[in-house]
Amino acid sequence: MTAKIAYDEVEVGTELPAQAFPVTRATLVQYAGASGDFNPIHWNEKFAVEVGLPDVIAHGMFTMAEAIRVVTDWTGDPAAVVEYGVRFTKPVVVPNDGTGAVIEVSAKVAAKLDDGLVRVDLTATSEGRKVLGMSRAVVRLA
Amino acid sequence: MALDQSFVGRTYPPTAPYEVGREKIREFAEAIGDANPAYTDPEAAKELGHPDVVAPPTFVFAITFKASAQVIEDPQLGLDYSRVVHGDQKFVYTRPVRAGDRLSVTSTIEEIKSLAGNDVLDIRGEVHDETGEHVVTAFTKLVSRAPEEA
Repeated sequence: MTAKIAYDEVEVGTELPAQAFPVTRATLVQYAGASGDFNPIHWNEKFAVEVGLPDVIAHGMFTMAEAIRVVTDWTGDPAAVVEYGVRFTKPVVVPNDGTGAVIEVSAKVAAKLDDGLVRVDLTATSEGRKVLGMSRAVVRLA
Repeated sequence: MALDQSFVGRTYPPTAPYEVGREKIREFAEAIGDANPAYTDPEAAKELGHPDVVAPPTFVFAITFKASAQVIEDPQLGLDYSRVVHGDQKFVYTRPVRAGDRLSVTSTIEEIKSLAGNDVLDIRGEVHDETGEHVVTAFTKLVSRAPEEA
């Protein structure tokens, strides 16, 4: 494990570079295939509306996968992530308009732990609404 | 109807091994748009100290969720899956999943709660490799929404 960020370089409040991740219907179809999650709420608008959703929504696990990229891009080595958890609070609604939605993710160091570990708190929003809650990672730095 | 509390602590048999392929990892990394070379280039992964390409942190969910079908579809438990939404998800890693792994999942029901008529089910999936070493534990909270009153 070789994170490119050193524990001594960061302090509580250090911000990780924020990122925005676009998501379209095509993204969701591709993610469904790669993940094996073919729930029609992620690709079939008629079905989604029938079960009470405003439109097709992104897989929660897709949003979770995008959010942690802010951490893995920061550390370089994905193995730096030793713990990662989220709560799915609001769906990411993905309209069939060619542009879709955007998931905006910011993150900062919330605590310095022992053994070169830090806790990073993530914030993920779409259309100004928080889509993940309690989104935290424990990360091993160099 | 509230789920039977006596299922708390129940552990299901380990799943047949899932063999993690390099190209499956590549497919997943492409689907999430992540160009980190540790996911696709064995040499880049080796430079980071890994024996082969590693998988993105959430990749393993496809394996643990499939395993949790044993719980979700247990007719004795009687969960109404058509009403289930994914509440929380957490992973605790010993090491990243990597190509060549043969992973087996052991699912345990950690907790059953009833909140405002919703059934809340916590499933822990322990993932081990073919040598029996721990790789990652997945904690999955499922919420089965109460049916609307007729």
